[in-house]
Amino acid sequence: MIRSDVIKTLVPFISDKLVVTNIGLPSQEMHLIDDQPSNFYMLGTMGLASSIGLGLALAQDKKVLVIDGDGSVLMNFGTFPTIANNPAKNYILLIIDNGSYGSTGDQITYSGKKTNMTEVARACGCENVIECSAEETADVVKAAFESDEMTIIISKCESGNIKVPVIEHDPVMIKERFMKEVAK
Amino acid sequence: MSINDQIVADFVKNKIEFITSVPCKQLAGVLNQIDATDSFTHVPCNREDEGIGLCAGATMGGKRSAIIMQNTAIGVTINALVTLTQFYRMPLPMLISYRGEVGEPVACQVEMAVHTKDLLNQLRIPTYHFHHKDDVNELDGILNHCFMSRKPVAILTDATFWKGAE
Ligand SMILES: Cc1ncc(C[n+]2csc(CCOP(=O)(O)OP(=O)(O)O)c2C)c(N)n1
Ligand SMILES: [Mg+2]
Repeated sequence: MIRSDVIKTLVPFISDKLVVTNIGLPSQEMHLIDDQPSNFYMLGTMGLASSIGLGLALAQDKKVLVIDGDGSVLMNFGTFPTIANNPAKNYILLIIDNGSYGSTGDQITYSGKKTNMTEVARACGCENVIECSAEETADVVKAAFESDEMTIIISKCESGNIKVPVIEHDPVMIKERFMKEVAK
Repeated sequence: MSINDQIVADFVKNKIEFITSVPCKQLAGVLNQIDATDSFTHVPCNREDEGIGLCAGATMGGKRSAIIMQNTAIGVTINALVTLTQFYRMPLPMLISYRGEVGEPVACQVEMAVHTKDLLNQLRIPTYHFHHKDDVNELDGILNHCFMSRKPVAILTDATFWKGAE
């Protein structure tokens, strides 16, 4: 299974949830498969999906799912200590770990080599870190939505991409409609 | 009222509830004051671009936010300021210690000071420079302006300003 397959398995139960999607193909795939006002698409700013999601989770009570990527988390490793030390019960961080910079042509990341993202998260103090296969991911994410605990999920999947169009939505429109969903 | 008290009071008055920071010696007093104030959620970050992400999320969660940082961090925040804060049109007051100005004991700090205003100007970020202690009286208006215009706004606070606070 590649990232887009994993995202497809999530759609049936995340359509009405607040979802922050990472730059590049994760955002574009969510947009193609299930465009919703409750999706916040990052159109740039590689690395900050987990931080945006954490700020959002700390500011209000609704559950927040962040769909991030291994390369982007590597760029912002400082996020793990911040997450660990400011836990938000309503925060779910799903890192699609395809071991590559998928959106730029599947160049291998260090997570695809020696670096173990799960152990890094734990070493930074994150307590509820679950590593799972691509196939198991939907069940793990569903359980995280049902639980009352902050959850970090590292989904090990294959690298590979489908062809998807770029997002043409205006960024202010993305933000405004998302904030309306937050405030509902 | 002390400068630190006034800064915190203006933050409260302008309904800022979420704060992120990386410390600077000059900002130690105001950060202590923030931690002593119950109405703030203070989430220290490890690098300032991460902090800008946290603030964007809190803003969308309905909480007005602010970042407290040193001017040496402006470089690492550029992409976040431009592609997140500005592109999505979000307000963000940035209370910045302006290291490297007159009274600075550390020569290395001057190297970033000489670029600080040019960078902010290039980014078209409204920038205010607090030099005299009475300049703090501008803060309430600046914060109001920031949230009205939904832009990042920089408040540079130099050594002379903080000396006046002692
Ligand atoms: C600061 C910066 N550097 C590089 C890029 C180019 N870039 C866009 S997406 C991406 C890869 C992201 O990889 P990952 O987070 O693993 O997500 P994937 O596409 O594999 O799901 C890169 C390198 C960028 N947009 N911004
Ligand atoms: Mg990847």
